[in-house]
Amino acid sequence: MRQSAVIRERPPAGSVGPVAWLRTHLFGSWWSTAVTLLLGYLLLRWGLGFVDWAVVNAIWSVPAGENGQPDATICRTAEPAGACWAVIGDKARFILFGRFPYESQWRPALCVAIFLALFGISASRRCWRRELLLIWTVALSAIGVLMWGGVLGLEFVPEDMWGGLPITLILATFGLAFAFPLSVLVALGRRATDLPAVKILCVLYVELIRGVPLVSLLFMASVMFPLFMPVGMNPDKLLRAQVAFILFAGAYLAEVVRGGLQALPKGQYEAADALGLSYWQKTGLIILPQALRLVIPPLVNTFIGFFKDTSLVLIIGILDLLTAGKVAMADPVWQGVGTEIYLFLGAIYFAFCFAMSKYSRRLERSFGRARNR
Amino acid sequence: MSATTSDPRRSGPPLSGRAAPRRRIHLSWSDPLLRNIVWQVLIVGVVAGAVWYLAGNTARNLAARHIATGFGFLSHNAGIPIGEHLIDYDPSTSTYGRAILIGVLNTLKVSVAGIVLATILGTLIGVGRLSRNWLVARISGVYVEALRDLPVLLQLLFWYGLLQTLPAPKQSWHLGEAVFLSNRGIKVPLLDWQPAHGWALAAFVLGVFGTLAWRRAAARRQANTGIRPPVWPVALGLLGGVPLLVWAAFGAPFTLDVPVLRGFNFQGGGTISPEYGALLIGLVTYTAAYIAEIVRSGIQAVPAGQSEAAAALGLRPGEALRLVVLPQAMRVIIPPMTSQYLNLTKNSSLAVAVGYQDVVSIGNTTLNQTGQAIEGIALIMAVYLAISLSISLFMNWYNARIALVER
Repeated sequence: MRQSAVIRERPPAGSVGPVAWLRTHLFGSWWSTAVTLLLGYLLLRWGLGFVDWAVVNAIWSVPAGENGQPDATICRTAEPAGACWAVIGDKARFILFGRFPYESQWRPALCVAIFLALFGISASRRCWRRELLLIWTVALSAIGVLMWGGVLGLEFVPEDMWGGLPITLILATFGLAFAFPLSVLVALGRRATDLPAVKILCVLYVELIRGVPLVSLLFMASVMFPLFMPVGMNPDKLLRAQVAFILFAGAYLAEVVRGGLQALPKGQYEAADALGLSYWQKTGLIILPQALRLVIPPLVNTFIGFFKDTSLVLIIGILDLLTAGKVAMADPVWQGVGTEIYLFLGAIYFAFCFAMSKYSRRLERSFGRARNR
Repeated sequence: MSATTSDPRRSGPPLSGRAAPRRRIHLSWSDPLLRNIVWQVLIVGVVAGAVWYLAGNTARNLAARHIATGFGFLSHNAGIPIGEHLIDYDPSTSTYGRAILIGVLNTLKVSVAGIVLATILGTLIGVGRLSRNWLVARISGVYVEALRDLPVLLQLLFWYGLLQTLPAPKQSWHLGEAVFLSNRGIKVPLLDWQPAHGWALAAFVLGVFGTLAWRRAAARRQANTGIRPPVWPVALGLLGGVPLLVWAAFGAPFTLDVPVLRGFNFQGGGTISPEYGALLIGLVTYTAAYIAEIVRSGIQAVPAGQSEAAAALGLRPGEALRLVVLPQAMRVIIPPMTSQYLNLTKNSSLAVAVGYQDVVSIGNTTLNQTGQAIEGIALIMAVYLAISLSISLFMNWYNARIALVER
């Protein structure tokens, strides 16, 4: 047995500290060193090139030409070429709010703020209770009032004047709000083995929708819905796209919810039966609260997917964020400045999706912690 | 327990042949059997009623617009100009049926190429995220994050815009005097196809089967005797040597059809159009980000003990990866990979936004010209359902083949 105290020694200098980190993580072997040098060179070169283009040589404002239009010729002729950020300053209002009456654009801006607040409230776990349903109803009605107007002294604005970011948020959020209850019913129906006819209907719905691309559903909404309606009735284009979105989202969400129902231990179902609960009591009080909690992270991921997929309404000509950007690009005044607008649009989409995916990952980790206690 | 072992508790004749005892239905709401029947009749009735109502509306609408239903329009003259076609097509004489068939082929062309390339790129990035090199891992991570959080349509439009800003054919970037990159797309030299090449290709295909058979024979020999006959010399001979000999026996013809700049455009050679290029680049880079995550999680799902055990058995790192880690990772990877392949195929319908004529684009033109909305949409959906089903069937077959066999 050792009698004297163990002398604490520092680890050898070669295995700790920044130099050792560099040696193991960047220059571990000949191969690794070569890859690091090559990638580092490319990164520096392209990164500096991008900074030159986006900041150093960028054009932040352009003079006004005759007839009041901005004169963007310097963007095309400038040498060395730089980003023409002036286009964003000129077009941002149009890209964000579309053709909404200019002096009333505080209304869609307020709607965007309400949407953000709604997402924020729904994201915090402290607020997951029944009152949330009420908050959603109030918020969505408020958004309807703000966008349409016609009451409270607000000027009426028809749907074909809406555009930009509110359309994207409306399609995604209303789509989710209506598709979610539908998807829960379909998922329950798909697992109802004692109701074979209902089960077949649900399977058919889910598999048919998931088997075809969203583009074909949107085409269906734009050319076939008018045929389905009674003669003379022609629902608005936005409403038709919204219905297609709800049907589409319902099928995908149903599969997510079904995953949660399947992941729940069988004992929970049996215990509820043993307590003598009816089917709806069992489902509402025992099964769904647990199953839905299990699938919140994949639900958020599915929602990210829908948020991105709303951009597909470009194909049927609804003026959402992406379409507004495309329209802004087509302006002859700002010829040849597509990249800047794409970067602007990309930054908006990225901000929303990145926040949601970070949130989903954090949630997954905290759920995992609770489960692996 | 398998079906053949007999249950000791059960004596007498097996019960399996006899039907379950029938229970009479009580006419009371507390009888679950009756309740189930009532619920099903109600729900099916509501759905059938809704469908009947919509169908009635549709019939009245079609009558009001004087549109005849049916697929007769497929044999009418199409007159749609189509830029890219794999089979012969002439807008003045070809039918709608042929135009849609070309659309299907174009969809398959971009989907198959996309699936292959996205798998390769995605695997590289997924492995890169696990690299010991910090820079490689970081760049792969940023790639995955950035590409997954942007709409695929935005990416497609961006790539298409970028390809359109390339220089005109006269100032095109070129690689030697053979490959040209301009705003008309990528021009590549094509092999002038002769019968000799066909025979060489046939020999190569036969060689693939021969190699596979030889590999199986070698594995059987190894199982019986412990000695593994060499595989790669035979593979080299069958895959490389024999096709080359066949080609040489036909006189080794080799001429290239090289694109040449004539006036404002190129003549000859093969073309990758900007539309196809943008669609393919966009779909591949977007789907690769998802595939990378699947590959990464698949590899991480194999416990470290597995590769350690393989090393302890004396397998080299390459063998350990190929024989121990990958087969187990594949079980985790295949099911989500299937849905990514399906997604890529469905996303190829965004071709309509960049002007590549896939089945959705041509189907849409058809229904706009003929007014046959229902038939057009039904055709598009049927095509995608067929493609989706084939991919799922193939992947399910593959999944069942590599699935864990529990004894």
